Amino acid sequence: MLVYLQQRLALAVPVVFGVSIVVFAIVHLLPGDPVLVMLSGANATPEQVAELRAQLRFEDPLVVQYWRFLRRALVGDLGRSIFSKRPVIEEIAAQLPSTLELAAAAIAIALAVGLVLGILAALRPNSWIDRLSMLVALSGISMPSFWLGLLLIFAFSLELGWLPATGQGGWRRLILPAATIGLNYAAVVARLVRSSFLEVLGNAYIGTARAKGLAERIVVLKHALGNALIPVVTIIGVQLGNLLAGTIIVETVFSRRGMGRLAVTAVLDKDYPLIQGVVLVSALGYVLVNLLVDVSYSLIDPRIRHREGAA
Amino acid sequence: MTAAALLLSRRRAALLGAGILVLVVGLAVLGPALIRTDPLKMSIVDALSAPSAAHPFGTDQYGRDVLSRVISGARLSLVTGAGAVLIALAGGLLLGLVSGAAGGWPDLLMMRVVDVMMAFPSVLLALVVVAVLGHGSTNVMVAVGVSLIPTFVRLIRGNVLVVREQAYVEAARALGCRPRRVTLQHILPNIIAPVIVLATIAVAWSIIIGASLSFLGLGPRPPIPEWGVDLSNGRNYLLRGWWISAGPGVAIMTTVIAVNLVGDALRDVLDPRVRSLTSI
Repeated sequence: MLVYLQQRLALAVPVVFGVSIVVFAIVHLLPGDPVLVMLSGANATPEQVAELRAQLRFEDPLVVQYWRFLRRALVGDLGRSIFSKRPVIEEIAAQLPSTLELAAAAIAIALAVGLVLGILAALRPNSWIDRLSMLVALSGISMPSFWLGLLLIFAFSLELGWLPATGQGGWRRLILPAATIGLNYAAVVARLVRSSFLEVLGNAYIGTARAKGLAERIVVLKHALGNALIPVVTIIGVQLGNLLAGTIIVETVFSRRGMGRLAVTAVLDKDYPLIQGVVLVSALGYVLVNLLVDVSYSLIDPRIRHREGAA
Repeated sequence: MTAAALLLSRRRAALLGAGILVLVVGLAVLGPALIRTDPLKMSIVDALSAPSAAHPFGTDQYGRDVLSRVISGARLSLVTGAGAVLIALAGGLLLGLVSGAAGGWPDLLMMRVVDVMMAFPSVLLALVVVAVLGHGSTNVMVAVGVSLIPTFVRLIRGNVLVVREQAYVEAARALGCRPRRVTLQHILPNIIAPVIVLATIAVAWSIIIGASLSFLGLGPRPPIPEWGVDLSNGRNYLLRGWWISAGPGVAIMTTVIAVNLVGDALRDVLDPRVRSLTSI
């Protein structure tokens, strides 16, 4: 297990390094004078331009600038926001909990809905339940999150008045945005659970369990479910990126605080230090989560760590 | 339901999807000739009119005809979707073929670059590209295309690695074919089926990501008709004019469902493993 973990960490290091280069390059790829572009949204005075120029020291060789960027980033110094003047790391720290809360609630909804739909569909393949489940899944995959979010606001806030449409605080304000992301995500989980379950149900050990006279409920929950969930864990990791993308849009639709909204505001305001900070933290978070998913995958399925460890 | 009936229903769904797509593309191409009302024409007296015979999809807060805007917006949304996939396909084919066929250090280097690109979820990567290039529909198309390149590279390289070990490729090499000829004439035609399937499904993703970026205010500027822009415009009028968002919302969803139906059917037909399962 330790060998496998070391291998995965070794693979993640160059990726993290590459991510830092991409984030560093964002400012250097800007067309024209980066300082003027960075301040174009801020109505900057010549003094501010000079100040930023002195601060960023673009005249230094790129390698020196990158090394400075990396050294500062390693101790959490991601610069200051051009607009709020606050340290970027503080801005991110203020928004991150809200996004994590939203993501956790969305995953819970996605798993609950996706598992139920997928298992129901797989237990009665080609029945009306199967077709209905897959139709719901297809609609979920095909529905942009901003459209689903607006539909939920229209139905549950404006028409029925059951839940608040926007803002922060309390589980009631979390349900609609989490459902918006969760239902999109549930569609992917449902399709995968269905195909994985169908494959597992065709195995000999399921036939043996049934032949022993076990109740169908036990066959499904005890023998099939665990094995069918293995690919689901992987897809959750892969799909976490989409979940992050979901928060970018959903936080805007529901006027919630969070990393996604911070990213969009930063891009609209051309607040490049903030853009770099948000992108760096998001990408590193994504790499970390994928690493955790890989490790958990090997815990669920011992064949993986034995194979990889032996390789 | 038997496997044959399942296949038929798949085909029926695919036919439905293809029919909707032909309709949407037809409207996008012929749109300006078909619509009676200028999508940019404002009429304050008609503002926020509910759907009626004169305005089947209603009007927005400026009195602009929602149906005309949905039809006009189809062009930009489809061009963004298809254009982004062409960019991703071109990048993916170039990098994937070279990487898979060459092997060695070029492959190692390119795969590490792809790994880094994969560390950015597609919307975040698209957001980075827009942050560098600036707003606008062309930049959104490029941004979405670039964000999809890693997915194409991975698929193409993976398939090249399988096909290049086949006996007929080795035979071509043994006969003295140059690497370029081996790649383009013997490997490429044999990996194209999954690429077509991915490209089809990617059109659906591109339409969604493109509309999402427009919705966030990073795409074309109002008053240009575009589905994401118009949907965003209607969100402040959900109670008094739900139809402003409903028109473009239904249009995006219908188009994406249609593309997904065609993509699913193509996968069934082009992927021999699935085909053999469904034709038992």
